[in-house]
Amino acid sequence: MEALFFWVFAIGMLLAGASVILNRNPVASALSLVVTMCFMAALFALLNAFFLAAIQILVYAGAVMVLFLFIIMLLDVKAEAKTRMRWISLVLGLVLAIFFSYELSLVLRDGVPMGAVPLAKLPPPPSDIATIGRLLFTKYLLPFEVVGVLLLVATIGVVLLSKRDNKPEAK
Amino acid sequence: MEITLNHYLAVSGLLFTLGLMGVILRRDLLVIYMSLEMMLNAANLTLVAFSRFNQHLDGQIMVFFTITVAAAEVAVGLALIVALYRVRQTTKVGDLTTLKF
Repeated sequence: MEALFFWVFAIGMLLAGASVILNRNPVASALSLVVTMCFMAALFALLNAFFLAAIQILVYAGAVMVLFLFIIMLLDVKAEAKTRMRWISLVLGLVLAIFFSYELSLVLRDGVPMGAVPLAKLPPPPSDIATIGRLLFTKYLLPFEVVGVLLLVATIGVVLLSKRDNKPEAK
Repeated sequence: MEITLNHYLAVSGLLFTLGLMGVILRRDLLVIYMSLEMMLNAANLTLVAFSRFNQHLDGQIMVFFTITVAAAEVAVGLALIVALYRVRQTTKVGDLTTLKF
């Protein structure tokens, strides 16, 4: 049963990911990315990371993708015109992708020791929110605070960047 | 067939490759940005899979931080794209050639 769920989620995620880069219309790309994120959250849940699955849906599929769609609508981005693909980038991209996949298959074939143990046979880690919260506020307290400062800096930066200049421009 | 760690690593690697292809092939800044998000997500999947494999929560905490940083990064990056659009009226990378050698 778990295997069936894995294959459905994984193949769905890869198909949605391919549709992100194949769609000419940016809105369709963004919606495909939402589907990718949802399947990713499902995979997280399969891996017993329920808290992260919820965060993934809330932050990525909710906040980040709404921001993307909002900007696409705001800028009125048109679908990419059907132009000739640049041969050099197409060839280089394909070569890079094939090389990377080949390397990955080599690593997976004989690289990771114990990688062939079925995950269902391992006892699941204690991944309830209480344990994660305790870790966040004890062992990872400093990174947690730093991330808070980072979010503050990002907020100020966004406000500064998107503010219109009131000064008259000297041209 | 039982699902092992290798299955998750393979899926994550394929998703990363898709994101890489998107960054190289697409010419719209917004779509390039979405592909970047996909690559970040692929890395997250690897971390969670290893967390499950090692029965250790540190990987999940790291993914939590990654998601936070990614959200901040998206906000700043989209603000930059909007600022760029205001000056140049375009989001196509082909039209931004000021730094071209």
